[in-house]
Amino acid sequence: MSRSEWPLWEVFIRSKGGLDHKHCGSVHAPDAKMALQNARDVYTRRLEGVSIWVVRADQIHASDPGAKPELFDPAEDKIYRHPTFYTLPDEVNHM
Amino acid sequence: MTTTTAAADAAHIDYVLRLADSALILGQRLAEWCGHGPVIEEDIALTNTALDLVGQARLLLTHAGALEGRDRDEDALAFLRAEHDYRSLTICELPNEDFARTCLRNFLFAALQMQLWPALADSADAQLAAIAGKSIKETRYHLQHAADWTVRLGDGTDESHARMQRALETLWPYTAEFFSPTATDAQAQAAGVGPAWSSLAAGWEQAVLPVLEVATLKVPERTPFLSRGKEGRHSEHMGHLLAEMQYLQRAYPGAKW
Repeated sequence: MSRSEWPLWEVFIRSKGGLDHKHCGSVHAPDAKMALQNARDVYTRRLEGVSIWVVRADQIHASDPGAKPELFDPAEDKIYRHPTFYTLPDEVNHM
Repeated sequence: MTTTTAAADAAHIDYVLRLADSALILGQRLAEWCGHGPVIEEDIALTNTALDLVGQARLLLTHAGALEGRDRDEDALAFLRAEHDYRSLTICELPNEDFARTCLRNFLFAALQMQLWPALADSADAQLAAIAGKSIKETRYHLQHAADWTVRLGDGTDESHARMQRALETLWPYTAEFFSPTATDAQAQAAGVGPAWSSLAAGWEQAVLPVLEVATLKVPERTPFLSRGKEGRHSEHMGHLLAEMQYLQRAYPGAKW
């Protein structure tokens, strides 16, 4: 079996309770269960996580890199959208 | 009385060495996959398992050295003993052959460890009980991963099924050794060190046979063949494995890094 027959899975790791799952890489695997085990073996060897998500890479729809000017550039001069003028209490972490 | 105590102590050490050496030798075999896995993900998975087993062996060898009281540490026991001093199960030293045999052996051995660790949790030997408590989490994962591969390869393509069936026919006779009664088992059980391994056969089969059935594999008939690695009588493969494993400590005694 050539490895190209195995689908690619994107891996998301929650580093600790309360934090978001973050994309950390990808693995090849024949099915979802093995993808989770491969992700565990490849990406959590050094206590990186407490939870893993895997998603078939071909199930992710991405924005077009060529559409960057119309999608993202218009936000550049809208500084008033940033909540940077508020002081947050210390108890509010991870904002 | 002294003779009885000495025999019990020897059985205790022998029992711990059997656990230690089996983990050590299988860990050494699995380490051979490093850089040779069928895919990078599985290369790392096998290496992780190897490291877990070597870690278990280190704790157990250190403990055996302390019980023995001859000033031998984990390195002395791992690298400076002769072949007939190793108490590992013969199945652990057999060549990897292919990915199917590697996965199936991991499955059969992890299923044995999964019988042992819970039974050792209330050992009269507190250190052994602690090592068992730490190791069981690792072994639970080894068993899951190996069982999943056993099913996928057994119930996979014609090629993977044929390789898995061949692996089962090769390895199955060596599992008789897991449960063959020995004097060490009887004494360890009497002293509360741990169960006689013969008492684990039914639980092991209950764990193993359903997975082999789902994997569509045909379990061979039992034969009179009985390997005796746990008594120090090893196969022709052991000497080669030790020559490689012990090379550095033999060539550079006391080398550290």
